[in-house]
Amino acid sequence: MTATTAAAGTPAAVRPRRGRPTAAGLLRGMPLLPALVLLAVFMAGPIGYCVYYAFTDMQLTGASATHFVGVDNFTRALRDADFRNAVVLTLVFVVGSAVVGQNTLGLGLAVLMQKAARPVRAVTSTVVIAAWVLPEVVAGYLMYAFFFQQGSLNAILRHLGLPQQNWLYTLPILAVCIANVWRGTAFSMLVYSAALGDVPQELVEAAEVDGAGPWQRLWRVTLPVIRRSVMTNLMLITLQTLSVFGLIYTMTRGGPGNKTETLPIFMYQQAFTSSLIGYGTAVALVLLVVGALFSVVYIRMLKVEED
Amino acid sequence: MAVTDSPRTLRVRPAAGPQAAGRARLARRRRALTGKAVVNVSLLVFSALYLVPLLWMLLASVNAHADFRLSVPSPTGENFHRILNSDTTYRPMLNGLLLCGGGTLLCVVCSVLAAYPLSRFRSRLRRPFLYTILFSTGLPITAVMIPVYSMFVQVDLIDSMPGATLFLAAAALPFGIWLTKNFMDGVPTVLEEAARIDGANAMQVLWRIVLPLMWPGVIVVTIFTFIGMWGNFFVPFILLLSPEKLPASVSVFTFLSAHDQTQYGQLSAFSIVYSIPVVMLYLVLARRLGGGFALGGALKG
Repeated sequence: MTATTAAAGTPAAVRPRRGRPTAAGLLRGMPLLPALVLLAVFMAGPIGYCVYYAFTDMQLTGASATHFVGVDNFTRALRDADFRNAVVLTLVFVVGSAVVGQNTLGLGLAVLMQKAARPVRAVTSTVVIAAWVLPEVVAGYLMYAFFFQQGSLNAILRHLGLPQQNWLYTLPILAVCIANVWRGTAFSMLVYSAALGDVPQELVEAAEVDGAGPWQRLWRVTLPVIRRSVMTNLMLITLQTLSVFGLIYTMTRGGPGNKTETLPIFMYQQAFTSSLIGYGTAVALVLLVVGALFSVVYIRMLKVEED
Repeated sequence: MAVTDSPRTLRVRPAAGPQAAGRARLARRRRALTGKAVVNVSLLVFSALYLVPLLWMLLASVNAHADFRLSVPSPTGENFHRILNSDTTYRPMLNGLLLCGGGTLLCVVCSVLAAYPLSRFRSRLRRPFLYTILFSTGLPITAVMIPVYSMFVQVDLIDSMPGATLFLAAAALPFGIWLTKNFMDGVPTVLEEAARIDGANAMQVLWRIVLPLMWPGVIVVTIFTFIGMWGNFFVPFILLLSPEKLPASVSVFTFLSAHDQTQYGQLSAFSIVYSIPVVMLYLVLARRLGGGFALGGALKG
């Protein structure tokens, strides 16, 4: 013990250059062990399983009749009209509700709230954050009620003299997109509110003196200054939206038909309703790889501090 | 409320005299103030729209004959009275507390332990490890649930609460470690060095010196992890099967799926009871982080 403490004091041990890790280094790394074990068993393990099962024809009934089938699951997916439908719906859902919906609305709210009176700002942020803090399933239930034929949305439209719809049947993907915007905008709003607070006020005022209108100030001055926050926010909400399951499943269960069957729902239906674990896992692997790509881009933007 | 804003803007009179420059400034001022009123009014209208679903839930929960219409009932406590029993509310809430409480505890303890070497010691493995952690925070947990299910079937952990707890803890761990490490980086090392010279080992330093200085950070990580787990639907939905083990998040769903005879008043009441813990915890969190807005900053990493 005393030996290792002494060794830790010498510069060579503080920064082991090459060769095998020293005993002191291992000892210092010990506190990492519980986390490493948990991550290896419950994260790396399933990811490994995911890669393996994606190439088998495993069914829900058990592993006994499982065979290695190569890339069959993937070629099958490419031919599967339902899979293509799920890819398109996922794109619509991610672009529509996250990249366009939450992102734009969050930025808009943050910009407007800067100019608003203090009580108005408090009211708006409280309401928007309340929708965000609610558990996913509750949000799904509330949105189901909101879009239901006899629900609040149609009541509002009737009062305004606008045409009504049975939203969950005629435009279900729009309904789940709006639901995700309603639930998730708070995140973008918080990120942008924080970012706008860091924009130097002199810069905006200088642009105003030079005759730039509000839109020009936003496009040419504010957005370029906060572009890092914009990118970070876009990556994070895309990753979150990509894996949304509970919200859609509570509202529509992927239906009617397969009109709201995004990839997570499709994957679940294949694995558990059609009991094709192998095929469902192949879809999961696709989702995982897309998520991983976004994640790589995201960490490239965030710098882990230099050593 | 909002309408009173616009007459007030007209009454504001700048002190400037009748010179041309003054008048120009006055016009600009007035335009700015009208703009401000427009902003305030539109934000309030927007908030009112945003509030409708929440308002419906609150009204439905005290309505004995609730349907999807937004109507003001004669308030009754019947819905709450009906759901506040062991089968409907107490057991799912207790299950949720066991799952999420256990998972959070495990996650926070492992995060604090792991964050210490990552924050304090230099090593070749540190950077790759941090990158892996950051990378894992972005992975969609939804996508690994089917392999996790297959894996749990093979090792007989399906429908086991400890199994689900361990998985919840592991899934929250990357973000937990990342956040804890960032908080720990903010704790100055001077005191630690003194303690080390006095012969304290790493664990003693962590427990006696570093942790007391970063309790606020640990509380933030704890609350954040718990909120995330409490709202998680997919993990218990996949990993737990017996009705008596399911947490509240899944029972909202099963409640709603009993389509024909769903009592929307009771479901709304239950949703409120289920949501209260996370709303309270969020309020604590927002206060700790200085009014909610700092949260966006904390998440940027």
